[in-house]
Amino acid sequence: MKLIYEKSQAGRRASALPHYEGLPAAPDLPDELRRSEPPRLPEVPEFELVRHFTELSTRNFGVDTGFYPLGSCTMKYNPRINERLAALPGFARMHPLQEEDGAQGALELMWRLQEILAGVTGLDAVSLQPAAGSQGELTGLLLVRAYFAARGEGEQRRKVVIPDTAHGTNPASVTMAGFELTHVQTDARGNIDVDDLRGKVDDQTAALMLTNPSTLGLFDENIEEIERIFHGAGALMYYDGANLNAVCGISRPGDMGFDVVHINLHKTFSQPHGGGGPGGGPVAVRDILEPFLPVPAVVRRDDGGFGLDFDRPQTIGKVRGFTGPFGVFVRSYAFLRMWGPRLREMSEAAVLNANYVLARLKEAYDLPFDRLCMHEFVLSARTMKREHGCTALDVAKRLMDYGFHPPTIYFPLIVPEALMIEPTETEAKETLDAFCDAMLAIAREAEDEPETLKEAPHHRPVRRLDEVRAAKNPVVKYGFEPAQAPTEV
Amino acid sequence: MAAAESYPDDLKYHEEHDWARVEGDEATLGITWFAADALGELVHFEPPEVGASVTKDQSYGEVESVKAVSDVIAPLSGEVLAVNEQVVGEPETVNDDPYGNGWLIRIRLSDAGEVDSLLDVEAYRQVLANQ
Repeated sequence: MKLIYEKSQAGRRASALPHYEGLPAAPDLPDELRRSEPPRLPEVPEFELVRHFTELSTRNFGVDTGFYPLGSCTMKYNPRINERLAALPGFARMHPLQEEDGAQGALELMWRLQEILAGVTGLDAVSLQPAAGSQGELTGLLLVRAYFAARGEGEQRRKVVIPDTAHGTNPASVTMAGFELTHVQTDARGNIDVDDLRGKVDDQTAALMLTNPSTLGLFDENIEEIERIFHGAGALMYYDGANLNAVCGISRPGDMGFDVVHINLHKTFSQPHGGGGPGGGPVAVRDILEPFLPVPAVVRRDDGGFGLDFDRPQTIGKVRGFTGPFGVFVRSYAFLRMWGPRLREMSEAAVLNANYVLARLKEAYDLPFDRLCMHEFVLSARTMKREHGCTALDVAKRLMDYGFHPPTIYFPLIVPEALMIEPTETEAKETLDAFCDAMLAIAREAEDEPETLKEAPHHRPVRRLDEVRAAKNPVVKYGFEPAQAPTEV
Repeated sequence: MAAAESYPDDLKYHEEHDWARVEGDEATLGITWFAADALGELVHFEPPEVGASVTKDQSYGEVESVKAVSDVIAPLSGEVLAVNEQVVGEPETVNDDPYGNGWLIRIRLSDAGEVDSLLDVEAYRQVLANQ
């Protein structure tokens, strides 16, 4: 289809403003603040604009259009009641600088959400401020740093231990927070290699960063031993909450020994995501870390009302404007209240769905760690690649022809030709079966007609994209000058 | 055009899929066909600086494809004498010719004894068979 700029015709307008006699031609602005030439905007009538973006929207794929088993992203359905509540005028039209007495409902909602998240994680205090998982990670590590600095161990404890299955954001957060990375390996069952770990944890170690269940979708069977190693060395434990959807109401990071947890409201608690946000990455901490949490803290006042507390002398400061992404809080609070004390059933269904899909697919694809999985699992197309020349990328592209969003591929890095599948709790058995049927059909196609996979997708608006060229020479703006004109894909 | 699978007899190998061509007290380093194939077409090579020191078994740079960013592990220790600027400009050279024009850096060895700890081609093929 044409770009909106290619539909532009000089002089066409989406609306006509009334012209009044006697008004100055333009506001009285200093010359240096005036544009020297008008902005280069597309000139189209309103209905062209509406048709253009409506057509674009039909080419979108999301949870509202189909199954989206993108591993470690928890692409669950986002209940519409969340939107209805977030749109209530008292929430949607509130100003962040509104006085506390005029914002009691909003403050109470945030306080209650904090309490629920503390309960789910088994920890003592929560800050809702971080804007997403990666910022939650950074905030959590800054809390660890502040904690050791206050104990006079800031210079000494510089190392953060990360397993080789970690999300890429973990090492990035470690570096940004001023720590140094220590990598630990994964053993043959998909757990942290405890023997490798023992030699790497000492009085220089600040923390472990662990996703549990891991990105392999496996719960670490040695978590109690790992806890003894870290706390025995005086170090702390950080829980990456990316995979919290597997354990809500079943096991709590705080009970496993973790001292800091970040929670992805946009994964586990149904804030819509996948289009770039907004996310929400609250951190929950054990009481020893509470003094360092960001300000303002949302607190219940002595008089029973709710307020903002800035008086935290040891705080790491603000990590985001005001009190965080408020609309996200409303949706996640609504979601959590809808589940109420039955939240455990959410995680149980997520784990059951993943194991159902795994059981149907494990004969057709390689399964590097053959265990019961949690909310997701990792297959490998290694044998398919060796015998038929079809890769995980080919499988992913072919799935699009069958109407499914591909799973995460080539992650975690320790699994060659990885396909990481997370169905979430919201999908019906019929959908899961249709997906499994497609995956099994693709495995047969790899044997019988591998070119069908290698040239996929065949039935989508665009064919196989040149990802290497896109990475090397990204065209991210419209080429007004002919030499830069983007080529048709 | 990506090269066909091969592992030359005259190279020394490291189990992290790196090779070294040792010539006197210098060595040329690169990544093996297996590593280049697993990553797919490279889009970026982040080299060390000339004059920097590299340490055996530790990362001296990064290679990036559309799939992943990966550390490049030094099979030997030494001082960086040269960086392959052709690979910096055209990283896909590594996929096209991993043992020739796709070399990454040349170093002066700081401990020639380390060479004995590297794998010969047969031992490296054994590593691959177990992947």
